[in-house]
Order: sequence, then structure tokens, then C-alpha cells
Amino acid sequence: MSVVTNTTTIGAIELPSRRNTELLLLGFAVLIPMFAYANVGLAINGSLPPGMVLYGLGLGALAGIAHLVVRRYAKYADPLLLPLATLLNGLGLVLIWRLDQSERLQNLAKRAFGGFSPSAPRQMMYTAVAIALFAAVLLVLKDHRVLQRFTYISMAGALVLLILPVIPGLGADVFGAKIWISVGGFSIQPGEFAKIVIAIFFAGYLMVKRDALALASRRFMGLYLPRGRDLGPILMIWAMSLLVLVFENDLGTSLLFFGMFVIMLYVATERTSWIVIGLLMSVGGAVVVGTFASHVQARVNAWLDPFACYTTSGACEQVGQSIMSFGSGGVLGAGWGQGNSDLIGFAANSDFIFSTVGEELGLAGVMAFLLLYGLIIERGVRTALAARDPFGKLFAIGLSGAFALQIFVVAGGVMGLIPLTGMTMPFLASGGSSVLANWILIAILIRISDTARRPAPAPAPSPDSEMTQVVRPS
Amino acid sequence: MNKPLRRISLFCGLLVLALLIRTNWLQYVQAEELSTRKENRRVQIAQYATERGNIIVKGDPITGSKVTDGSDYKFKRTYTNGELWAPVTGYASQAFGSTQLESLEDGILTGNDDRLFFDRTIGMFTGEKKQGGNVVTTLNPEAQKAAFEALGTKKGAVAAIDPRTGAILALVSTPSYDPSRFAGNSKDDEKAWVELKDSEDKNLVNRALRETYPPGSTFKVVTAAAALEHGVVQDINAPTDTPDPYFLPGTKTEMINHAKGCEKASLNEALRISCNSVFANMGDKVTRDKMVETSEKFGFNNDKIDVPVRAFASIYDKKMGKDGNAQSSIGQFNTAATPLQMAMVTAAIANDGKLMKPYMVDMLQAPNLDVIEKHEPQEMSRPLSAANAEKVQQMMVNVVANGTGSKAKMNGVTVGGKTGTAQHGEGNKKRPYAWFISYAETPDKASPVAVAVVIEDSEADREDISGGGLAAPVAKAVMEAVLKSQG
Repeated sequence: MSVVTNTTTIGAIELPSRRNTELLLLGFAVLIPMFAYANVGLAINGSLPPGMVLYGLGLGALAGIAHLVVRRYAKYADPLLLPLATLLNGLGLVLIWRLDQSERLQNLAKRAFGGFSPSAPRQMMYTAVAIALFAAVLLVLKDHRVLQRFTYISMAGALVLLILPVIPGLGADVFGAKIWISVGGFSIQPGEFAKIVIAIFFAGYLMVKRDALALASRRFMGLYLPRGRDLGPILMIWAMSLLVLVFENDLGTSLLFFGMFVIMLYVATERTSWIVIGLLMSVGGAVVVGTFASHVQARVNAWLDPFACYTTSGACEQVGQSIMSFGSGGVLGAGWGQGNSDLIGFAANSDFIFSTVGEELGLAGVMAFLLLYGLIIERGVRTALAARDPFGKLFAIGLSGAFALQIFVVAGGVMGLIPLTGMTMPFLASGGSSVLANWILIAILIRISDTARRPAPAPAPSPDSEMTQVVRPS
Repeated sequence: MNKPLRRISLFCGLLVLALLIRTNWLQYVQAEELSTRKENRRVQIAQYATERGNIIVKGDPITGSKVTDGSDYKFKRTYTNGELWAPVTGYASQAFGSTQLESLEDGILTGNDDRLFFDRTIGMFTGEKKQGGNVVTTLNPEAQKAAFEALGTKKGAVAAIDPRTGAILALVSTPSYDPSRFAGNSKDDEKAWVELKDSEDKNLVNRALRETYPPGSTFKVVTAAAALEHGVVQDINAPTDTPDPYFLPGTKTEMINHAKGCEKASLNEALRISCNSVFANMGDKVTRDKMVETSEKFGFNNDKIDVPVRAFASIYDKKMGKDGNAQSSIGQFNTAATPLQMAMVTAAIANDGKLMKPYMVDMLQAPNLDVIEKHEPQEMSRPLSAANAEKVQQMMVNVVANGTGSKAKMNGVTVGGKTGTAQHGEGNKKRPYAWFISYAETPDKASPVAVAVVIEDSEADREDISGGGLAAPVAKAVMEAVLKSQG
């Protein structure tokens, strides 16, 4: 564990706070989506969108507030995380607005639900709430280590969040996946929040148990096998993620939790054997569930060859449509607002929003987006490296690892690299829970990075190191 | 804890790298294949996203485009007089694809053709909307209408050609269909499409190009041409050595004549009254291989007759025995011809032995009406010499003046023709096909039209009578219309 050591003779070197860098980047992060918005308007209606100034001001104001909060309450935070999240969120709003303009989706909604309501205003509202939450987290959570106290409460909370959608009357079955609950007209996806809550539990639990898990083991064929009782927790998490998969038809969440746990376990114990065991368990689980759960089978078939079952299976049609979107985009894309990614249908602005990027911005745009996500992950991992306390390290790597897994699972799914899981692209996809949860995630990473980069408190003056008096001849 | 952290960061990097590689694979390597897949509706959406160019007959468009709402496709094809022109245009349907000229000239009509690249590029800078070019056909609207009306409710087809150039003047197939009925993709369109596709009358089949029939006695002009070309007969008025009854070579099967006086009848007389025995005998003497040679010069056995819509190959069997060859020489047995093929035969004879390549697209125009491509008449082959062609003409004129084709007679115009009633079906049980081929020539020796008519399901079954009685008036109507419009 690396701790910045200060010799008593040298005072703490103050790191630059980089707040002005952040402000400059935020300027770009607001300007780029505004250009994108203008571009879509010109492409679709031939005129600048009427709400453009308002939208720009709104996004600018939200970014400004977030920046001021960071400047005041997390002075030493990583300067890239906030601009990256703002840029992705802003571009996501443009993408959603663009899909709102699609006549095809409007007709589809009218036929299925008897009416169409645009998603962009709702998303804008959620963004505002999310930034408020972001500010609240930074205001309330002065030190992330406080969260250690809530280790077991977090576990209970995560379990509750995961179980909620299965409770009859509360859960809503949307297109086969039971990952929603609806409360008073609002639908929430508890899984998104559970992602953060459970990271607290894992970090707190593993920090305490890491030595036992790492050291009490037997060597067998080059692997350190943990003791039977130490296997308990991982077995439990494994079983839980399988249950989520079986009862909620939610491949993504189950994969995410288990993946996050294995990553954190590995970091905590530094034992490669945990990775091997984790991989074996997930393969085993995947085979068992894949054999019995028909919806998983359908997705695997759609992944293997979407065009073989294109006309007979909805899963295949969606994946096929998505892949064709990417292919039709080619290198430079059809241009914003000029593609037909809405052919994918209902999920075009949520699960499959990345296909619109693929078709309209092309290979160049997709790579740019992937690099933006890559940068967020990189800043997260860097935060974990820099964090001074094991809890902070574990927490940061858990959140960044989960974020990376989610990007991989979603983008890989819509691009046909891996079977589709039905998760949403952070910040891009339409949906309140996702926006809220991911802004909270960014807020926590910012808090940890602030603690990590904050100069250590100045050491108490030591009488041994009094300045030597210089005697000058005069 | 930093060593595993670095490894995890490497792992996250690999995840992103895998996505980057995948997107390159999809959007660069596989882009072409994915963007042109048949499941990819973008292809059709683009096809109907702009107003299509038109197919033009004598200055007037017979197609159009109109904006449709509530569908992926912005423009829908419309057709004026769809039933009349369907055998020429084919159809372009948002839901059911396109055929014939609509499909073959799709690049020009949508404006995507490479030859329109500069128009598109200039349009990009001037901000003009993308437009399609036009396809100008050779068809003669009067002749087309005359043929369509004369066929009326009968099932059949007409092909008319200008013998001098090979330009197709009329191309009719009945019962026809209106391509407007299923040009969109609504429920009604689908209903109309299913109805037409499954119809017993095979409305969607272009009988003039895509249906072969036994040509019956009309094929005798080909046999006559072969006999003259290969020196079997020099004088068309000299008696032949055909006995009556005539038995098919090597068999005890009698070739039945419906006409009387076929014994030793001259070629001229035999064609006039349509003797089967004489032409079977001639075909046998010419021999199979030489019959094949001549008929192939007329266009038989050629599966690449593109006008530019590809016509089915007409058949003269290359492997049959002597008796088969004798039967085939009167247009029965394995002989099969499209109406277009028989019009080509007639045109070659009328054009003094020179067969011109048939075509129906005169030129392709850019959206600004610049000519992109103009068809130059091409000689396809010379099935017979000018002298022999004149002899066959004489015989055909005799058929109309004094023989079975009298219903095609016209005042002040030389008309040559040949009737045919083709038996078909097992044991010739099905109702025969009535054929008539003819050409008309004004006194100034210009020969502006050659026609072939076939009518299925004719009521009469007596040899030649139905061809002369049913099909000849149709041919006459077409010839009259052409002469009048050009006259």
C-alpha cells in the first residue's frame, strides 16, 4: 500500500488543484453537445432547433453548479471525471432528442401505447435531479471512509434493492425483464443503485477479511485454494447473481455483480486463484442457466448468428438490426439525424442507443465514445491507485470495474461481440435510474480522488528541525 | 494492493480494446456486406427516399411518384394506365421489390447510377435535391393500346417490332395487372399482391417475353426459310415430292393434314393452306442440324436476348431424332417460342433477311434531360439471303391474300402473314393456342411493323382456323395503328 510519506523536514507539497483545467474542459463539454444539437436540428428539420439556447444554458448551468460544488467541497478532485460525464450526458440528451423526432418510433408508440411522449425533456429533468444528487453526495459525504460503517447495512440494502422487482404488485415486467419497480407513476430500476450500494458492502467486507482470505489457504497445483469457510461469501454472491438471473431475467446485473465481486476480491487478496475460481464459477453458472433458461438461449442464438433466426425471433431481429446499423454507418457515419437506427424499435433510445452512435457517427464516432468511456475508467482506476486507504482503493476499483464491465457488456452486446444482456449505456441511454446512479458513482469517485490527492495535513513542527541560524559576516 | 490494481486496469483496457477492434470489424471490414444485406431495409428506404425518374413513351411519362405518409418510404410509385404498360414497366413496389425496367434501370431511375455521379456532386453543391433520370422507351402508344384493346378479355400476348431497327413498338400481355395497386406497403397493397401472385391467370407473368408456347404452323415460315437457304427448294412454285398420306420418317405415324390437296403441293401452296406433311417433309430433308442452324440464326436457343428485359429462350431441340425433327418443323413436338421470338422471325423476313437486335429502351436521360446513353440499332444476324427473304415474303403475302390469313388484309398495304394453331397438353387435349404472325409494308417499300400474336385458351380447335380467326384481327389492329401513327 502506498502512502505518501512526508519527511518531517519538508513541508507538504501542495498539488495543483486543477480546478481551472476542469472548468475549461467543462466549457468544451457543454459546447460540443450544443453543436451536436444544432447539427441534428439542421439535418432533420432544416433549421436550428428552437430550444437550442435554452438547452445550452440549462446544460451549462448544471455543469457550472456541479463545478462550483466540486471547487468548494472537493478541491483536489480529479479534473477529468466531471467534464467527461457532462459531455456524455449532453451527447446522450442530443441522441435521445434525435430519436424523439423519429416518425417511425412515434407511430410505434402510438400503436402500442396509444400515445407518444418525448423522452428528451424527461431525460433533461432527470439530469437536473442527478446533478443535484451529485452535489448532495459531495456536500454530505465529506470523507468516503464514513461509508465503512454501513458495510452490513449496505448488504441488506443491496439485497432489498435486488429483490424489489420480484415483489408482486411492485415489480413491473417490461419486455420480459423484471428489473423495474413502479412507484406512483415513476419507474425505477433498483439494480442501477444496487450497483453502488453493494460496492460499499464488498469494499467494507473485503477490507476486514482480506488477510484471512489471502493467507489461510492451501497450495494445490500452483493455486492457493481458500479454506472452505472462506469460500462462503463468494458462493453466496454467486448464488445471488444466479438467482437474479433466474428470477428477474436480468443477465446484465447478475454478470455485473459477480464480476465486480471477483475483481474486488482479487485486488483485496492479491491471489490469482480467486480469479480462476471466479471464472470457473461463472462459466459453470452460465452453462447451467444457459441450458435451462429459454430467454438466455434465445440471446445466445441471436449472438451466434442473428440472421439465421432473423424473421422468427425478436431477439435475433433486434441484434441483427443493431449490427446492420453499425455496418450501414461505415467509417464516417450517415451524419447526425440522417440514419435509420430507429428501425431497431422500442429499445432504440435505451438499450440500443449506442447503435445510433454507430450508424450516424460511424466508426470514428464510436471509437471516440469508447475512448471517452475508457478515460472515465482510467481516471477511476487511477483514483484507486492513488487512494491512501484500503477501503477507498477497493471502493474505487469496484465502481470503476463495474463501470468498465457495464460498458463492455452493453456495447459488446449491441455490437454482437457477446450475447445481449439488456443493460443501458451509462449517461447515454434514456432512463432516470441510470442517469441518477451514474452521477452518484461519479460523485463518489470524485470524493475518493479528492481525498487521495489532498495534501496530507502539515506535520506538527518538530523541535529537532529548527531552522539553523545562519550567521552572516557583516 | 497496487499490483493487482495495475492488472485490473490492464484488464479494463483490454475490454475497451476488444470493443474498439469489434467496431472496426463491423464498421470497416463488414460494413459493405451489412449495409447491403437483404434484411437491411435501408436499401429500400433509400430507393424510395427521393422521387424516382420516369419511364417515358413518346414524350409522355407512364409512371409517376407521389408522397406517402405514415410509412418508411417517402415516395410511392404511380402508374398511368398501369394494366396497359405493366409488361413494359414491370413494377416497383415498396414492399414487394421491383422487376423489369423498373428494376434493371433502377440506378438511373433513383439517380444512383455511376453515370449520374457528376449530377449528384453538382447537386450537392447547389443544394438541389437528388433526382432520378428518365428511361425513354421505343414503344408506340397507339399500337400498344390497339393490341391491348383487341386482346380484350382474352388471355394472350402481342409483340410488335419495327423490322428496320429492331425497336419494339408494342408489348402486351393479358390479363394484365395494375402495378399501382401494390406499389405501397399497406394492407391493401398486400392483399392486391397476394391476389395477383396466386391468381390462376398468372397476371404477373409477362407473356410476351417470359412465356414460351409451341409456335404451331407459324413456325413453317422458318422451315421454308431453311429449305430455301439450304437449297432443298429453289422454286417455291415447283411441286414437292411429298406423298399423301405422309408418314413421319422411320415410323408408321401419319402426319395428319387438316387441309386438302397437300399431295406434292408446292411450298407456296403448302404455306397458303398450311400443309403439315409438306413442311414435315421439308424439315426432314433440310436435316435436324441445318434446321437448328437456321432457327438459331432467327434467335432460337438463345437465352441472352435482352431488350433489356431478358426474354426466355425459345427452343428448337438440338438432340431429337428424325421423326421429332419432322414434327418440330411444323412447330410442334419440342419447339417452343416466345411471342417476341416469332415477331423477330417475322421482322427478319420483312427486313429482307436481316435480323435486327430487338430493344425497347431508346435512351437514358439524366435528370436535366441530357442523354446518357442512346441505343444504336444493331444487326443481330442474317438468317436468310435477301432473295430468299423475298420468296418467303411472297408466300406470306399469298397466305393473307388468298389463304388462311385473309382476316389481316388491309387496303393499299402489302400484308404478309401466317396463321398457327398449336396443339399442346398430353395427347393434345388442352385447348390449342391461336397464333398469327404478320408484317405490313406500305407501297413505298418501307416496312414499319412486324407483329406476333398469341391467344391462349381459344375456343376453336381446328388447325389454322383459330389462328386466322382469332389472332389475325388483333395483328391487323396493331399494324393499322402503327401505319396510321407513322403515316
